[in-house]
Amino acid sequence: MLTPRPTSAAPTQGAIKGREQRRRINSSLLTSLTWIIAFLFFAPVLWLVMTAFKQESDAASSPPRFFFEPTLDQFQHVLDSGAGSYFGNSLIATGVSTLLVIILAVPASYALSIRPVKKTQDVLFFFISTKMLPVVAVIMPIYVIAGQLKVLDNIWTLVVLYTAMNLPIAVWMMRSFFQEVPSEVLEAASMDGAGLLKTLRIVLMPMVAPGMAATALICVIFAWNEFFFALNLTAGKAATTPVFLVSQMTSEGLFLAKLSAASVLASLPVVIAGWMAQKQLVRGLSMGAVK
Amino acid sequence: MTATLVGKHNLKQHELKQQLLRDEGRSGRGNSGRSAAEGWRRRAPLLPALIFTVLVTQLPFVVTLWYSLRSWNLLRTDGDIFVGLRNYADIFLDSTFRGAALNSVVITLGCVFAAMVLGTFFAILLDRSFKGRGVVRTMLITPFLIMPVAGATLWSVSMLNPSFGLVNWAIGLVGIGPVDWTSQYPVVSILMALVWQWTPFMMLLVLAGLQAQPKDVLEAAQIDGAGWGKTFVFVTLPQLRRYIELGVLLGAIYVVNTFDQIYLMTAGGPGTASANLPFYIYQRAFLGFDIGQAAAMGVVVVIATIFIASFALRLIFRSFDTKD
Repeated sequence: MLTPRPTSAAPTQGAIKGREQRRRINSSLLTSLTWIIAFLFFAPVLWLVMTAFKQESDAASSPPRFFFEPTLDQFQHVLDSGAGSYFGNSLIATGVSTLLVIILAVPASYALSIRPVKKTQDVLFFFISTKMLPVVAVIMPIYVIAGQLKVLDNIWTLVVLYTAMNLPIAVWMMRSFFQEVPSEVLEAASMDGAGLLKTLRIVLMPMVAPGMAATALICVIFAWNEFFFALNLTAGKAATTPVFLVSQMTSEGLFLAKLSAASVLASLPVVIAGWMAQKQLVRGLSMGAVK
Repeated sequence: MTATLVGKHNLKQHELKQQLLRDEGRSGRGNSGRSAAEGWRRRAPLLPALIFTVLVTQLPFVVTLWYSLRSWNLLRTDGDIFVGLRNYADIFLDSTFRGAALNSVVITLGCVFAAMVLGTFFAILLDRSFKGRGVVRTMLITPFLIMPVAGATLWSVSMLNPSFGLVNWAIGLVGIGPVDWTSQYPVVSILMALVWQWTPFMMLLVLAGLQAQPKDVLEAAQIDGAGWGKTFVFVTLPQLRRYIELGVLLGAIYVVNTFDQIYLMTAGGPGTASANLPFYIYQRAFLGFDIGQAAAMGVVVVIATIFIASFALRLIFRSFDTKD
């Protein structure tokens, strides 16, 4: 029935407009706040990049100099001081260890998810428990053993250690990706008479490829940034980029701009990779627990 | 308290078994009737990874156990003698070890807590559509991607330097005098750098949690007249719990091992004021060459970690299971 409503309950045209306006003001205030906070949080990075383009005299000035004539000198200095071999070592340690991790983790996580072995939980527990082992507790034996095997200051020692460091995370991540494969797909494959290897290659690989990329990205980040093993097990020959950065710190005040340029160069590969793969990053960092 | 923990634990084991049964079910056959050969065929793909991990991570630890029972200092000529548990007894008399242990706890809890609070706040700000959201998100995750060694030098030199650091310039604008951060407040300085580095990690996880929220639940809460605050506390936060737990646990695993920032920003100093356990053990081993003592400390840390981690791991597992 069309009974007339009491007018007081229905908001007037003006009230609606007012509320809408207030909502819009609130929203833009919140947006500005977000931008300000993001800028403050990002400021150290910005400052690092700015310093990298300064002359040393501009870099260590008090008060800080915000306007200056940008120069590429510092990057030139870094490249001239033999950074190349450190970057090369990092590239080998990161690339080869990531490749090894994937080669080892894919069959293992396959066994743990799609065709589970007994005591799956125990094995998964074991893998992740190695991440809780403080690295310092094993560094001395590794140092002594490496010394006896004459593989100190050898890049392949780092390759082996980085593989072990990332393998548990990779197994957990890959397992979560494998578990998302619907079992019907596997049944269909086995009905069509596809063997284990063929199923793995033709059916599974394309489905878990994005997951494999996310896993590789996480391994690359941790291997590229690793410092503790590199510091203790390498010297001039096999030292990686973080060790190079530290070697630039000797007289910090005088070489601030050069140090910043080196920091920018050292961080750039991972920063760019992380920017490009933000979505996969979440999945990877949570070891696959979060979609 | 203990009773609830045990109760939860039993419940968990039950859940785990269910999960395992479901897993077995996926392969299309049960446990019974599987031949030994079939069992090995299933296990084979796992073995390379398992053997590799055991060799590279467990073997050195067994050797650490052996070292920890010996008095072995590379600086002394009397060499390497078996001393039983004396290294362990010494740890309890070592006040620096206690200080380092306390620092480890303060740094880990402080960093994880602050990063989680900030990360949640950032995630809430990002969980709405506005102009430039992608750019803001990219800016906010960058500290996590910067090489930790670079981040540590950036903070100790460019940001916190007493004469030309950016932080002192900024607080100078509001009239606070210059502070020599890394010598006056070494632990706070390290925490600043760590929180800056780990906040994006927490933010990404919480943001994933916020975006996984069913929107109809939020609308229902709004229709029921719940304000923003109430909706957050009673609807959003319970749903985020799993993501927050995961963030805290994974963050703690990495933060407790912090070495780069301490090595580069304060070198554990002044004195040993800001050394955490990893740094102190490193000092004893590589600067003091006291291998036996350092090994014993490593073993104590491992035992403590396993004790704490056994609770933590159960939480992780619960997080993973409730997903299905």
